[in-house]
Amino acid sequence: MRLPVPANTVPTDTVSANTRAAPRRHPFGLAEALHAEWTKTRTTASTGWLLLAAIALTVAVGAAAAAGTSCPSGVVCQVDPAKVSLTGIDLGQAVVAMVAVLAISNEYSTGMIRITLSAMPRRTVVLAAKAAVLSGLVLAAGTIAVLGSVLAGRLILSGHGFTPAHGYELLSLDSPTVLRAAAGSVLYLALVALLSLGVATAVRDSAVAIGIVLGLLYLFPIVANVVGNAHWHRHLEQIGPMTAGLAIQATTDLTSLPISPWAGLGVLAAWAAAALLAGGLVLRLRDA
Amino acid sequence: MTAGTVTPYRPGQQTGRDGFAQLLRAEWTKFRTVRGWVIGLVVAVLVMLGLGLFAAVGTSSSCQSTSGESGGPARSGQGCSTASAPPVGPGGEAVSDSFYFVRQPLSGNGSITVRVTSLTGLIPSRNGAGTGTQPGLVPWAKAGIIIKASTQPGSAYAAMMVTADHGVRMQDNFTGDTAGQPGTVTESDPRWLRLTRSGDTITGYDSADALHWAQVGTVHLTGLPLTVQAGLFAASPAYIAVTQGLGGGQNGIIAPSQDTAVFDHVSRSGTWPAGTWTGDYIGADYGSGIGGYHQAGGRFTVTGSGDIAPVVPGQAGGEDLTVTTFLVGTFAGLIAVIVVAAMFITVEYRRGLIRTTLIVSPRRGRVLAAKAIVIGSVAFVAGLVAAAAAVIFGTQLARGRVYVFPVSWLTELRIVVGTAALVAVAAVLALAVGTMLRRSAAAVTIVIVVIVLPYLLGVVSVLPASAADWVLRITPAAAFAVQQAIPQYSQVTALYSPGGSGGGYFPLAPWAGFAVLCGWAAIAVALALVLLRRRDV
Repeated sequence: MRLPVPANTVPTDTVSANTRAAPRRHPFGLAEALHAEWTKTRTTASTGWLLLAAIALTVAVGAAAAAGTSCPSGVVCQVDPAKVSLTGIDLGQAVVAMVAVLAISNEYSTGMIRITLSAMPRRTVVLAAKAAVLSGLVLAAGTIAVLGSVLAGRLILSGHGFTPAHGYELLSLDSPTVLRAAAGSVLYLALVALLSLGVATAVRDSAVAIGIVLGLLYLFPIVANVVGNAHWHRHLEQIGPMTAGLAIQATTDLTSLPISPWAGLGVLAAWAAAALLAGGLVLRLRDA
Repeated sequence: MTAGTVTPYRPGQQTGRDGFAQLLRAEWTKFRTVRGWVIGLVVAVLVMLGLGLFAAVGTSSSCQSTSGESGGPARSGQGCSTASAPPVGPGGEAVSDSFYFVRQPLSGNGSITVRVTSLTGLIPSRNGAGTGTQPGLVPWAKAGIIIKASTQPGSAYAAMMVTADHGVRMQDNFTGDTAGQPGTVTESDPRWLRLTRSGDTITGYDSADALHWAQVGTVHLTGLPLTVQAGLFAASPAYIAVTQGLGGGQNGIIAPSQDTAVFDHVSRSGTWPAGTWTGDYIGADYGSGIGGYHQAGGRFTVTGSGDIAPVVPGQAGGEDLTVTTFLVGTFAGLIAVIVVAAMFITVEYRRGLIRTTLIVSPRRGRVLAAKAIVIGSVAFVAGLVAAAAAVIFGTQLARGRVYVFPVSWLTELRIVVGTAALVAVAAVLALAVGTMLRRSAAAVTIVIVVIVLPYLLGVVSVLPASAADWVLRITPAAAFAVQQAIPQYSQVTALYSPGGSGGGYFPLAPWAGFAVLCGWAAIAVALALVLLRRRDV
């Protein structure tokens, strides 16, 4: 008897006040969308763990590659210290792709997408907000991963005799090419995330999306390696998102690259833009 | 009435075999009725085939690519490839059969005995452009006595020889290789060699002093004609300097070398109708053609180049390929199959169907087994169809454009069936990981990463050869060894690498590599079983 009365009166007032006031003041603007996406991402435990895993795996594989690299004394090996140290990106990108795919496909598998789109009917804004939050997160995690890899590579490689005394430059971010490789690798991860987000928005299912993304990334170098015709080999490496994008990691022997570093990152950016465009179109045209 | 409807149901559940058959049928129905999965498998077959054929066409020719300007379109290489097609040995394999031969016909049974007192040679000098030469021998420089069916390259033979680094050897029909006395031959430490023919059987002996003879081996050369060519020979394979390539695998410098052997105490038994020695170069088209001989008294000095051995891919410099190339699409097919296989279980969790499944069949291990059998069989069939089609059509497409190494039908069968088995076991692995994680994205990522990424790291990336070897030995990617077309011969020095257009050389033997994947799959299935039994659904 006592309970229903206050319970009926007090909350109903506040709820109705909120629901009425909020949409009027900010009619589904980008800032609200960003805030909503950030809240969703922040409160999903798996995102944080996956990003941590991406960092750990990237650094671990980079360190292992550096530890496996040695050069017999008296021989000059063509070692690209930056590229060796950043080998972990090959693996880290798979985890980043998974984070990006789950950012959208989880909404589809739980039905959350309907709530999201009811609250924010401008679907491109939703996608843009997701892309922005994701890029921010991946840029942050990627920076940590790349810095860790460079540091590990510097320590391990100098221990293996790749020192200035033997004619190798110490891995350092002071060098403009090493800085380019490091910053480029961070951007590479962010672009892979955007590519994955676009693909996942288009196909919705997480397993199919991750399959497509990893196929796009990994198949180009494998097929290019088998194709004997030098012309085709080069073209395949120029158009592959991974082969072109990772050209940014090269610090030595730049003339032998299939594509120049920044142009290569541009190719990956084009892939990401195309995927986001396709995802955005599908999102707008299809029922959720 | 009611009893009539219930009783037929019970026996089905009680007798174990019937129950499992029903379980299999249920899982098969689940698979068959999901259109996306069937499409996924069709896609797997199509991409596997498509990429294989693309590789077959894409390899057409970089014949003039050494000049750096490979301007011409893909068709330019038709002529140059066929000219260099190596002869085929008695076993059906591509061989190099070029050497200098000082010979006489031998009619019927007989034997030849010689003493070898020195083996010296010339190899390319290391400095500069490699135009000069310096004294030295390649490890498999060889000289000795040989009995050969004819002077036709690729014909059957048996030979006793001294080598630069591998002691005395008896070799036959290009692939046979038996070790005799170790050590290098010198003036003070000569070697005696003897070959005896008796019908189709040839026996080789060696000795250090002509008193104590040891039999090295006996071989049967089927279809050896009555009159054969016998005599002295010298051959020296191409010099290969491997520079440790970081960023593109291994790079080799390949240049001809030559060797010179001194023979004396040449004695023969049996019928030798010609009575005089003839010296000529066998198979000069394919080899470098350096050779000659000089006879003074009982002393023969024979100089030769080339090799009597199998040819392996990559040795000639990349204008050749093996059927392995046509299976590059396996990677793409695998990705599609892994996606389907992981979803085969994870979708049950997402939709809650797993509860129905486990209520109907409470013995969870049997559910997992039925699922594994269904997805494994389906993946096997898809892999078999795609691999067989890729090998058959790829070979037809590539022939005439580039040289395709001949392989026996048994090897081809092993490659095709092995590829199908690889796809099937990968599907079971994906199913097991999916059962463990219950999430498709994570399962798919993990399985693709453990199978495809190690291959990529080991073959294409910056890892040095030793680290790459290690990666390709312990990870599930070791299974791609099952696609190796041409065996690795211990008597042939070459760049045996897993990548490239004709390689496919993995650190493990074909089925051993496949066993590594099976081991991983077994561990995953065991873990999945434990978790499936312990956890609530």
